[in-house]
Amino acid sequence: MRGAKSAKWVAGAIVVALAATACGGGDDSAGDDMNKGKADPNGIVTAQLSEPQNPLQPANAKESQGSRVLRTIFAGLVDYEPGTGKLEYVNAESVTPNDDSSEWTVKLKPGWKFHDGTPVTAKSYVDSWNWSANIKNNQTNSSWFSDIVGFEDVHPEKGDPKSDKMSGLKVVDDNTFTIKLTQPVSYFAYKLGYDVWAPLPEAFFKDPKAFGEKPVGNGPYKFVSWEHNKLIKVRKFADYKGPNTAKNGGIDFKNYTTADAAYSDLRSDNVDWIEQVPTTALTSYKTDLGDRAIDEPYSAVQSIIPAFYTKQFKDIDPKVVQGLSMAIDRQTITKTVLQGTRTPADSYVAPGVLGYKKGALGDIVKFDPAQAKKLIQEGGGVPGNKLSIQYNADQDHKPWVDAVCNSIRKSTGVECTGDPKPTFQADLDARDNEQVKSMYRGGWVLDYPVNSNFMRDLYGSAAAGNTSGYSNKEFDKLSSEADKASSIDETVKLYQQAEQLLAKDMPAIPLWFYKVNSGQSKNILGKIEYGQDGDPIFESIQVKQK
Amino acid sequence: MGRYAARRLLQMIPIFIGTTLLIFLMVHILPGDPVRAIYGDKAPDPAQIAQIKREYGFDKPVLEQYVHYMWNLLQGDFGKNLAGRPVTELMSEAFPVTLRLTLLAITIEIIIGVGLGAWAGLRAGKAADTGVLVFTLTVISIPVFVLGFIARFIFADELGWLPPNVQDSTDFSQLFLPAFVLAMLSMAYVARLTRTTFAENLRADYMRTALAKGLPRRRIIGVHLLRNSLIPVVTFVGTDVGGFIGGAVITEGIFNIQGVGNLLYRAIQTSEGSTVTGVVTVLVLVILLINLLIDLLYAVLDPRIRYA
Repeated sequence: MRGAKSAKWVAGAIVVALAATACGGGDDSAGDDMNKGKADPNGIVTAQLSEPQNPLQPANAKESQGSRVLRTIFAGLVDYEPGTGKLEYVNAESVTPNDDSSEWTVKLKPGWKFHDGTPVTAKSYVDSWNWSANIKNNQTNSSWFSDIVGFEDVHPEKGDPKSDKMSGLKVVDDNTFTIKLTQPVSYFAYKLGYDVWAPLPEAFFKDPKAFGEKPVGNGPYKFVSWEHNKLIKVRKFADYKGPNTAKNGGIDFKNYTTADAAYSDLRSDNVDWIEQVPTTALTSYKTDLGDRAIDEPYSAVQSIIPAFYTKQFKDIDPKVVQGLSMAIDRQTITKTVLQGTRTPADSYVAPGVLGYKKGALGDIVKFDPAQAKKLIQEGGGVPGNKLSIQYNADQDHKPWVDAVCNSIRKSTGVECTGDPKPTFQADLDARDNEQVKSMYRGGWVLDYPVNSNFMRDLYGSAAAGNTSGYSNKEFDKLSSEADKASSIDETVKLYQQAEQLLAKDMPAIPLWFYKVNSGQSKNILGKIEYGQDGDPIFESIQVKQK
Repeated sequence: MGRYAARRLLQMIPIFIGTTLLIFLMVHILPGDPVRAIYGDKAPDPAQIAQIKREYGFDKPVLEQYVHYMWNLLQGDFGKNLAGRPVTELMSEAFPVTLRLTLLAITIEIIIGVGLGAWAGLRAGKAADTGVLVFTLTVISIPVFVLGFIARFIFADELGWLPPNVQDSTDFSQLFLPAFVLAMLSMAYVARLTRTTFAENLRADYMRTALAKGLPRRRIIGVHLLRNSLIPVVTFVGTDVGGFIGGAVITEGIFNIQGVGNLLYRAIQTSEGSTVTGVVTVLVLVILLINLLIDLLYAVLDPRIRYA
């Protein structure tokens, strides 16, 4: 009998607890005004982080966690205005090309210092790039330097490097250096905003390994400590001379293993910002958090890509792929299955990037089953009348892949199934080894906000990001013309033309653009501003005075 | 006894080599290339990948890699992970955390489990006994992650009595909730085990003798009954220590504890061979030693058991 009683008690407790949340949710949104109060310039922001995979070296941060920290410690030559993607100078006074954009002159703002007090000079940049590009130093992002003359000498495809310097880099004086490129790139200055181009102080080269544990930068925050798997602390650098001085006293990056754990801490105000609301809370987080819920777009796109090396898609009529695209009900899927965490894609290029054109793909991305059927028929049908979409099952892709397949099956009668691979590694292996059976899932987050990044780097015949075997000489010609254009405006325009070419060719079916679904704590004053990579602009976060 | 222990220690060598080889091979056949995976969706750099593989020796045949690994292991070198951090360093961060959690869980498990079991065993067949049986059955049938989420939801999110996550693993008040969740399942088994042996031994001859001698009840139960009933419980708790250390993956995940379970989970996800093999190697050693310790403990509990 006692057992029956205790079971009753447990059930009772759960009911009480559930009732308590229902009330608690309402209180949260009504009771607090995040725009009220005064900012504390010394307040510390706590933010979610997972353990960075690599040491904290600027050229080594392939994944978002490490670069989230590095971006607070280092200030690059340039940055981008959030939302528009316009270039802004940070450590550079100017970055100017010669007539055909094949040689660039960088002038630095004088008087900048690293956190250890040594000056930031032209040499700090040139030495950094030479070291990072060197194959011996195993920096995962080293291929970013491949535009520079002399890259093969420090980074040969086989064997040992012939030199430890790229001949294309020349120090002119303390605050000036020049960069010679193997071919003209009109938007080269835009690439320079990426982490990999950060300068490094003298101390780095003495012991790069120790530096990776305790980096010294030139940015708005200086590094304080790194307790592995637990906490990374950075604090405001008082002598910072850049335009983006910190409006808070520093950031504590706290380690969380799961999104659920982080969300739990956000609700009890133990952490001020989390990167993503857990799937389990997507339907309730807006009522839980009220105004403090974050729902912001960022520049990333998800697509499904036909494997053009397969028999099925080798000689496919693009009309068939266009038809498949029109068979997908993006509106409904993003609203229901994805719970409003994405917005339907209307172009190859994500919004917030120079050259994004609203509705660039026109009808091809509109849901129209009748037209879809007609196009597929005109194009000769899908060979075998069935297809599959490969994805990695270790992330939350199954629901939307199934929904896309359902949509295709229902509106065209083409049989469609998901083709799961157990891990992301296995998924990548199949792509690299050209073993994808039919189509695969692809995703792309911007590297730099120019439309070329969403086209040439993915669909160019020789692009390393092109794993589908797609190739179009006309597109290649147009993109190399665009790269050589005399101005960035011209480049963007030519790439917009190239996008129309892609619309006829359909190297991929864009599905939707990503959004950040996150939240902030009651300690934060005002709404957190976001960059285009989906991360907050940490310097601008204000902490409420207690 | 000394010879027995020595023989058991020697037996560990082939077991150790066998298990590590198995783990090594299993990690090796995991799908996907960990070095390539660093690059994700973005374009890989074949030259750089080749260079990293050369540095880690991934370009050599598996058996050669294994021999090399074991040779380094003998010198106390567990290798390094793909970020270049020594695996010994990773383990020295994770093991103390899990050890604290495990010790706390075991303590809770023994105190509540044995206590509840003894209480029910002495009242076998009565309402209290049935109550404990129903309660333990309920606990056994709830999966640990459900238990973990409910516990966190009620005690941390809603009531606010305990912090929802563990930020500082040296603070036992933060570790209490996860340790309790971790202990729950085994606690139920310990209670049932204790209850049965208690009920059985109550009818044993030596109990009647002790009673007839006129010994006080406290002494009969505390010394004669308890000691004789603990042998199966000790075996169970002993094997549990090893299980806890390796199997805390779920609990550690829910409560954000950076222990061995988490380290192992992350390492398997990213196919970090050296970390997985290193952690499992240590776990194998721990479990082998604990098994030996349990076997030796039998003799202490029951002098009739002798080792040849």
